[in-house]
Amino acid sequence: MSVRVLLLCFVMSGPASYPASAQGFAGLGAQVEGFTITTPGYQFAFPADHGAHTDFRIEWWYLTANLKDADGVDYGVQWTLFRTALAPGDKAGWSSPQLWMGHAALTSGSEHFVAERLARGGIGQAGVTPAPFAAWIDDWEMTSEAQVGADVLSALSLGASGSGFSYELALKADKPIVLHGKNGYSVKSEQGQASRYYSQPFYTAAGSLKIGDRNIAVTGRAWLDREWSSQPLAGDQSGWDWFSLHFDSGDKMMAFRLRGGGGAFTSASWITAEGDVTPMGSGDLVLTPLDSAIVAGRRLPVAWRIDVPLRGVSVTTRALNKQAWMATSVPYWEGPVSVAGSHPGRGYLEMTGYE
Amino acid sequence: MQLVMLLLGLSVATALWTGVQAINAEARASYREASFAVASGAAAQLVPRSGTSIPVTTYVALRRAGWLVSPILDGEVMFGDVRINIVGVDPLTSPREALAVELGTDDTLERFLSREGLMFISADMKDRLAGAATLPLAVDDGLSDGVGIVDIGQAQTLLGAGDTVSRLIIAPEQPDGRPPLEVVAPDLVFLARSDATDLARLTDSFHLNLTAFGLLAFVVGLFIVYSTIGLAFEQRRPVFRTLRALGIPARVLTGLLLLELVFLALVAGLAGVVMGYGVAVLLLPDVSATLRGLYGADVPGTLELRASWWLAGLGIAVLGTLVSSAESLWRVSRLPMLAPAQPRAWARASETTLAAQALLALLLFAGGLAALVLGSGVVAGFTVLASLLLGAALLLPALLAGVVGLGQGLARGPLAQWFWADTRQQIPGLSLSLMALLLALSANIGVGTMVGSFRLTFVAFLDQRLAAELYVEARSPEESASLQAWLAPRVDAVLPIAVLETELAGQAGQLLGVSDHATYRANWPLLQSAPDAWDRLAQGEAILINEQLSRRENLGVGDRLDLRGQWTAPIAGVYADYGNPAAQAMVGLATLQARYPEASQTRFGVRTDQVGVEALQTELRDSFDLPDGVIVDQASLKRMGLEVFERTFAVTAALNVLTLGVAGLALFASLMTLSGIRLPQLAPVWAMGITRRRLAMLEMVRTLALAALTFAAAVPVGLALAWVLLDVVNVEAFGWKLPMHLFPLDWIQLGGLALAAALLAAAIPVRRLSRLAPSDLLRVFANER
Repeated sequence: MSVRVLLLCFVMSGPASYPASAQGFAGLGAQVEGFTITTPGYQFAFPADHGAHTDFRIEWWYLTANLKDADGVDYGVQWTLFRTALAPGDKAGWSSPQLWMGHAALTSGSEHFVAERLARGGIGQAGVTPAPFAAWIDDWEMTSEAQVGADVLSALSLGASGSGFSYELALKADKPIVLHGKNGYSVKSEQGQASRYYSQPFYTAAGSLKIGDRNIAVTGRAWLDREWSSQPLAGDQSGWDWFSLHFDSGDKMMAFRLRGGGGAFTSASWITAEGDVTPMGSGDLVLTPLDSAIVAGRRLPVAWRIDVPLRGVSVTTRALNKQAWMATSVPYWEGPVSVAGSHPGRGYLEMTGYE
Repeated sequence: MQLVMLLLGLSVATALWTGVQAINAEARASYREASFAVASGAAAQLVPRSGTSIPVTTYVALRRAGWLVSPILDGEVMFGDVRINIVGVDPLTSPREALAVELGTDDTLERFLSREGLMFISADMKDRLAGAATLPLAVDDGLSDGVGIVDIGQAQTLLGAGDTVSRLIIAPEQPDGRPPLEVVAPDLVFLARSDATDLARLTDSFHLNLTAFGLLAFVVGLFIVYSTIGLAFEQRRPVFRTLRALGIPARVLTGLLLLELVFLALVAGLAGVVMGYGVAVLLLPDVSATLRGLYGADVPGTLELRASWWLAGLGIAVLGTLVSSAESLWRVSRLPMLAPAQPRAWARASETTLAAQALLALLLFAGGLAALVLGSGVVAGFTVLASLLLGAALLLPALLAGVVGLGQGLARGPLAQWFWADTRQQIPGLSLSLMALLLALSANIGVGTMVGSFRLTFVAFLDQRLAAELYVEARSPEESASLQAWLAPRVDAVLPIAVLETELAGQAGQLLGVSDHATYRANWPLLQSAPDAWDRLAQGEAILINEQLSRRENLGVGDRLDLRGQWTAPIAGVYADYGNPAAQAMVGLATLQARYPEASQTRFGVRTDQVGVEALQTELRDSFDLPDGVIVDQASLKRMGLEVFERTFAVTAALNVLTLGVAGLALFASLMTLSGIRLPQLAPVWAMGITRRRLAMLEMVRTLALAALTFAAAVPVGLALAWVLLDVVNVEAFGWKLPMHLFPLDWIQLGGLALAAALLAAAIPVRRLSRLAPSDLLRVFANER
């Protein structure tokens, strides 16, 4: 077994090798002593909260982009920086308990490139500074290009490379960030597990992709998720299906379904084109798997129907590339989708915890 | 008895084959992993241009520039009175192959990274460290004694290293478009194991050697199987005939026999694989020591049961059985139903068979000769070897028959004449096992001669070539210059060596620039030279080339060497360069520096008084803060060189003995089976008044005489073999020819061993004969058998 698989199982779960079903996907359902518990009523303070929260066990800076080239060909790009802590707090040098993991992916209808980087905290190889905002691991960077005085996340430059691919994107958002759940308190289970969660879903993206020796100029939309917690899943939750959708109308929707325990726990945010957010709880939306495909030796639902009766939403999503498997330390499916039905558009789907 | 011999022969043959394969597979697998192993330092690395440490910020700068490097922090730590060489690694960035330990089980990684830490050490060290270690210990059998692997954070604490690391390992795959090293980290230099490929070729020859031995052992084993199966079928002829007469179709009968054989082969093969595992376990420590010497790589002294050689062992056992039984099976399928059920003297080959074999042998010799004259390359060398050995084996029965016939002619008295005649009659029956004995003996002599010659030559060569007391390879020209300046007033002479990797007559090779010093004139081993070679070299008028280059390009004194078309230099001499498979040439230092300013100028030798070498070394190391490996003294170099070959020889010797054992077994099998068949021939002699005791004595003398004759034949065959190895295979494989030395004492020893083996093999059959009940002998005349 690869060192790194265990590394990540351990990193994300404290004591390693819990079966996924017992402690949630990648051990995210395990509670570990000493870390701060997410509670409601938190007042976000920016730009400080764009940075790392080392007293929480896990955290991510998660960017996805739906892109098209001049001929209208679809592409998707993922750039993610994960932080996990062996123990709360931080220290300078090799003894820092903070560990970092970067994932980068580039997806087209026929190809899917994935790269991964790992780094320890404390030495500067990876990290996040809130102001001026920069998140990085090795030579992969997400850096603020915002004007002085503007929200530091309103303009970003983004780059990563891996075997056979690389990309450079410039992102600009003209609306402020949005908070999910109750003022950024996003509940994940009936037992009350929760995370702090906000997004910037309004980016327009422009830049270039490189596949092999081919340079491709692209434009499109991008979505940044920021989330941190010490125990985001209940112990009996095995994984999730998560959507970030850009409708052609300008409206956006974040929706997820956590599987396991006594059934699915669903939650969503409806974001209007103007940036107003309405949280929706379990019962307000129904996520139904339609088609499935064999991906990396397991069966995954690659087509979905999403119904939100209150908003008159009834759409189906289809994967741009069914084989968008992230063969990383903790493997999962992540890829661009197209949306058809009452609200056509594009977006990203992430599916974890499928055995 | 036959069943036992069949199973034994087959399983011993499989065992030797499998054992050798297992060692080969294990060694290869190990240094595939080890080629990146941290502890060996075999990976491509970045090291500081001067000093011994790299700031962590430099490491981070490289990572942030896209360089996939992983830090190592190492140094010595005393735990109580035990000195441990701590190697701190970062499991997050380390290439998996470079992690010397397995972290992927249970909570090992968690503990490794935790604040308490975890140190991997060898089992021996764990016992020695009991109570003295300041952090928890875990055992990893792959580690050398004295090495402790810890997380780099732990290493920093243990070594009090501050924010520095010792070196950076470069991952084998790097992203494109990263900025060059000079831009990101100008204080680091790239340290490649440039000699790794050369050594890989040497290890290849080592493996080839082992494989050839394994194959030889297997062939010898097959001789046993062949003779046993042949005999078994012959003795079962009456049964077969009866079965056929009862209406069993030939095809069914053959099929059943085939099934039986495959089953036996599988059983024996399985036993052989298990025994092979044992052989490998016994030999592996020596092999791994050899490879450690050759490659600087740790091959763990432990063995994994690898499916590949396991299945290969079984497969080859079945295949071998089928090949050696094909003839017998064919005969059974053609058995005329009305053929006499009387067991035919199975092994009674006629004179024509002997003649045919001799003819085939001559054809093989001719083929070998043709390959020798016309062929080239290692394959041709091995073709010569194979035809020599097979031809000699085939010729043996005819040769023995001739000698025995001669003896018969000279014999006086009826008993002596009967003895010779009877011996002659037995030769066909024993021929296969005698052939096996011949193969084993001549291989023994041949390989022994080669190994011995190589050792003698190599020792003398090392003594000449390694004339300087110290050898230094600095990390930069600047360091080299300051070291030389420091040394100059303290020693007899500093001999700078400039090195240029270039093309010599179109071949990749090295061009050395050496200073004009008596050390070279007095010691450098020249194979041919013009009278004023060294003067012309010093004046930049001529060049010396190594034997490899000379042979490959057919260049000699008086020819000109083409250096990339830029310069053609007259060749003034050819020097011996054993152990280096690549082309090399030497020019005067000034000439090289003038023509190729880019040549590396980091190496030099130091001539000084042997007495002060150690003190000088310590002083130099301390004054300049030099890491290990920069300075090597002559004695260590020689020791390293010799150790490698001593280990190789140890393995070769062990395999030699095993092969001889198999041949002895073959002889035993043949004698055993013959002793039953020969009753009708012995009974009349007994009836004429020769006692059973006397007969048994004669049997013993006969066996010893045949063994002695076989040995006598093996000596010239073995020497021919040695000649082919030294003068053909070595030249083709490595480009050097070795003078042949003879070791008659070894032959006497081997001859004794062969006679002892024959004695042992004959002991039981002869004992049986001497105790034979007279009634059994009488029965021969009663037609009651």
